[in-house]
Amino acid sequence: MNNIKNMTIGQLQQKYPFIINYFEENRLNVEGFEDKTLVEYLDHFTEEEKEEWAIDTHKLLEDLSSYISQMIEFLGLKDDNKVESLTILAGTDKDGEVEGFKELTIHKSEIVSIVGPTGSGKSRLLADIEWTAQKDTPTGRTILINGEIPDKKWRFSPNNKLVAQLSQNMNFVMDLTVEEFIRLHAESRMVENVERVVEEIIEAANKLAGEKFDLTTPITSLSGGQSRALMIADTAILSSSPIVLIDEIENAGIDRKKALNLLVSSDKIVLMATHDPILALMADKRIVIKNGGIERVIETTEEEKEVLSQLEKLDNVIQNMRNDLRKGLTITKEKFLIDKQ
Amino acid sequence: MNLVTVSGPPSSGKTSVILKVIEALKERDISVGVVKFDCLYTDDDILYERAGVPVKKGLSGSLCPDHYFVSNIEEVVKWGIREDLDFLITESAGLCNRCSPYIKDIKSICVIDNLSGINTPKKIGPMLKAADIVVITKGDIVSQAEREVFASRVNSVNPKAITMHVNGLTGQGAFELSTLLYDEMEDVETVQGRKLRFPMPSALCSYCLGETRIGEAYQLGNVRKIKLGDEDE
Repeated sequence: MNNIKNMTIGQLQQKYPFIINYFEENRLNVEGFEDKTLVEYLDHFTEEEKEEWAIDTHKLLEDLSSYISQMIEFLGLKDDNKVESLTILAGTDKDGEVEGFKELTIHKSEIVSIVGPTGSGKSRLLADIEWTAQKDTPTGRTILINGEIPDKKWRFSPNNKLVAQLSQNMNFVMDLTVEEFIRLHAESRMVENVERVVEEIIEAANKLAGEKFDLTTPITSLSGGQSRALMIADTAILSSSPIVLIDEIENAGIDRKKALNLLVSSDKIVLMATHDPILALMADKRIVIKNGGIERVIETTEEEKEVLSQLEKLDNVIQNMRNDLRKGLTITKEKFLIDKQ
Repeated sequence: MNLVTVSGPPSSGKTSVILKVIEALKERDISVGVVKFDCLYTDDDILYERAGVPVKKGLSGSLCPDHYFVSNIEEVVKWGIREDLDFLITESAGLCNRCSPYIKDIKSICVIDNLSGINTPKKIGPMLKAADIVVITKGDIVSQAEREVFASRVNSVNPKAITMHVNGLTGQGAFELSTLLYDEMEDVETVQGRKLRFPMPSALCSYCLGETRIGEAYQLGNVRKIKLGDEDE
């Protein structure tokens, strides 16, 4: 990395375009210094300025090398970062009893639901996956990626998080329009064709949302259903994390089946903590958690799949009534007939 | 004894994260104590006591809290040794975003939360930039996109740090954090002669000494004027 010190700022910017973020976030205005090296640029600050703005020149230089190598790794890894499968090897529950399964492998585009009472150990399971546990967490579980012991990068690299989370009480807190918001996310992910991604996400989100919205809508004024639709579309298309954990999806204002299909079609592994029968039965398997451990893994049976299709009809009745009410129509008994769906 | 300094803006979740980390350390029979530094008020000591953690608190009152920290850290270390602790955590609120209590070769953690806004990493100085580990909290209440953008901005101001998400309520991530903190081989007996990672700003003016009157005539010592762009040039 010694050559970084000998390169001019202009050369650095040309070779590593992402370096702009580093200057920007560290409030280093390098304009007019393009033909100087970073050391020369940092030397132009007086002692007073360094103290005034808390500029640590030594650290800024060292950090730049780390930043550049991390970003190169991140950009290079985009392609060979593929996670084909996730395997959980059994550990023990809170009492030290061996869990009721041996090995569970989940492939990409598969959905697995997680059921069990509050406090039973769902957070622990998720934490084990996020940390790619190697018998070094309280449960003693082992996590394998693509059938192998995973690279340490999944633990420590800030740009390679294994799990993206979508939870019930998530909100947008930024004061931006939908377009600005997606752009911001796309830029932080170093996406090349930002325009296309913006289009793709808004289109996908509108397919999920009961009520349509556009790019100029402020994200903080989206309805609950629209917010969830945007979050899911954004996670499916832009998040680099190969595993998505969903903590319940509320029924209102969003087509949950399409939402899951979107995630699955983006090659994600979907884990879903839910007690909603429609969601739980949509999964291929479900994990039952009890007393801190996985008690058993159940494959969704044929009978359950049949019940699911009845439940979906029932759900349609409710959704249609919701839409009728929104349009100002009256509700008739006839609309309640499930078989008409 | 191990020593760790934890710092972060008010209400970012420092105490919640520390309590969850302590739970994990206790499982391993490691004895932990906490010294909480604050400015005017704190009742976090009650939370620690309730969890059975030996705790002391120091209120800096009219002094700059980080200056107060550095003037007392040696005594605090001595207290930890008297209490026969394996692990001593100091917790202090970063109030002005300019100082930081981190000491060279002593593990340092900065706790910041997703709700503070994506421009926050840019605003915080050495407290964030010089930390070994950055813990990001409140990830369960913002969108995945905001979590990712926030983390990438933290990374660009402190690429060397390990960045972790910890949920202070459920404790998700706290066990993992605890494994990065305790080092059996490490033994701090004193911090005498050690150095701060970054100097604290100099501020000694008439207002530090209790002046309340406003006006040029009362401004003595290290005084600087705001630049509004209409000075005579």
